[in-house]
Amino acid sequence: MALDASLSAADAPASSNVRAATTESRAARVVIIGLSLLFVALFLVAPLVVVFTEAFRNGTEEFLSALSDPDTFSAIQLTLLVAGISVPLNLVFGIAASWAIAKFEFKGKAFLTTLIDLPFSVSPVVSGLIFVLLFSSHSLLGPWLQSHGIKILFAVPGIVLATVFVTFPFVARELIPLMQEQGTSDEEAALSLGASGWQTFWYVTLPNIRWGLLYGVLLCNARAMGEFGAVSVVSGHIRGVTNTMPLQVEILYNEYSFVAAFAVAALLALLALVTLVIKSLLELRYSAQIAASRRH
Amino acid sequence: MDVRVKDIRKEFSHLPALENLSLNIRSGELIALLGPSGSGKTTLLRLIAGLESPTRGTIYFGEDDASSKTVQERNIGFVFQHYALFRHMTVLDNVAFGLTIRPAARRPAKAEIRRRALDLLDLVQLSGLEKRYPAQLSGGQRQRVALARAMAVEPNVLLLDEPFGALDAQVRKELRRWLREIHDRTGHTTVFVTHDQDEALELADRVVVMSKGRIEQVGTPDEIYDEPNSPFVYGFIGQSNCLPIRVEAGQIWLEDRLIGLSAPGEADGPAKLFFRPHDIELVDGCGGCLAGIVVQSRRVAGTRHVEVELGAARTRVEIELPPQRAASDGNRIAFRPTRFKLFRD
Repeated sequence: MALDASLSAADAPASSNVRAATTESRAARVVIIGLSLLFVALFLVAPLVVVFTEAFRNGTEEFLSALSDPDTFSAIQLTLLVAGISVPLNLVFGIAASWAIAKFEFKGKAFLTTLIDLPFSVSPVVSGLIFVLLFSSHSLLGPWLQSHGIKILFAVPGIVLATVFVTFPFVARELIPLMQEQGTSDEEAALSLGASGWQTFWYVTLPNIRWGLLYGVLLCNARAMGEFGAVSVVSGHIRGVTNTMPLQVEILYNEYSFVAAFAVAALLALLALVTLVIKSLLELRYSAQIAASRRH
Repeated sequence: MDVRVKDIRKEFSHLPALENLSLNIRSGELIALLGPSGSGKTTLLRLIAGLESPTRGTIYFGEDDASSKTVQERNIGFVFQHYALFRHMTVLDNVAFGLTIRPAARRPAKAEIRRRALDLLDLVQLSGLEKRYPAQLSGGQRQRVALARAMAVEPNVLLLDEPFGALDAQVRKELRRWLREIHDRTGHTTVFVTHDQDEALELADRVVVMSKGRIEQVGTPDEIYDEPNSPFVYGFIGQSNCLPIRVEAGQIWLEDRLIGLSAPGEADGPAKLFFRPHDIELVDGCGGCLAGIVVQSRRVAGTRHVEVELGAARTRVEIELPPQRAASDGNRIAFRPTRFKLFRD
């Protein structure tokens, strides 16, 4: 049967119905490509276009004035501050956790791996509520915190904690498979050549994971700036004090200040786009190196 | 520097990988750890390097007890099976790594490091490739960079884990000869792990045959091949035949026949007779020989391999004959081992 097929294929003159095994017919290609383009246009491009057109509906001036509103401006500052704290924290956590998981054998490793995934599987609102339960005035820790004048809920520390929790898996998830694939022999080679533990990490481990790390940090940052659910629960929505950009968008929208809402939303979207562009540029610039570090 | 391994035991989660093993490695020698996978040869190498620590026992570098030292302090050169080159560094930076990361007090000047790295690249015949990245090199070239990198720190002992394991046969043979040359020129005490007996027998001054976490035999390649001291070594190194025989009054019997071999001083009883396919002579007529029916005859290059069924039990053995010697299936053939060894169970 198979023999027959190959014989007839060989006998047939080279015509359009003889094609490589992995290509599809023209009709199939058009349908598949068309479908994916339609999806991208409908669910990714259209919302972005709407956000930006709504933001600039009344011109650039109103867009800028919406952003320079003191409450909005403080929301932007707060978002940058929160991202600025939680991303470095998760960078360190992520490297430490994936280093431990990928390079060492210990009891409870599977449990730790599952634990790292927890923030992905738990609804952000629940994550926020965990912190409320932990730190509110009716909780175990609450009275102690109050008597020492430490404010966590409805303040910046709470927002940072919630954000760190929600964005915890990004760096680790990116690094664990990469580090596992690379194994430990590079590190052993460095140690055998006399390098200290710190030198090994700095000159060998870190360069080996830098692209995965960068990708993880970018994703982590995007989520840290965009997180809504968990932050909404712990922030208390105090205008100009504990509102982050996503929360500010909601408030403005609920108050029918559509242009202002979309202006902030556009800025958020812009931050995400810039992140993606930076990533693509870096990939383009260092494509040879990235390929080399994956291959080898 | 000579390396002495004394009464080493290594367990991995309570399963012994090495059992009470001792070995003296002489200064300047090229020694092979040979064994099937799971025999503990790589574990022994990693213990010497300090990449693993023994459950019990001591390792001496010269007179120093090295087992209390870290891998960094032992100053060894280790070549990994898959090279483990630093992929983000050039060939030159890879070779110079061991010197560059030294604390300032012991670090040579920059120009000196560069000169030494280039010298080493010259030694491993990679001059001109110093600016390449590992990904841009062939397997054989990477292997040589790995060796140059390990030698750059002027190690007490050079340890190679399956150095040619990942290369194809042609490159392997070339590198083998080349490694021997390098060793003769630099005189580093060198230990390498291999599962390839040709590699071990061809390359090493002495071969350590290992099995199941123990050393079976240590000796020169000739000793290992000609005087195997256990059925395992007989079976593992080269081709061999094993016949169940009986000793009676110093004479060897196969079933009910005398086979014309004597074992003076050997106690009576059953034993196993080992001999190599090429250590035989053909005999005419049979007043004490091994005689049987040819069941298969193949010619491989300059040798004819003949399989013979012996006795009522039809035990199969293989013998080697000159190619012009006809031995067709079904013919009767008579021979006698010229060199053999008896082992008791």
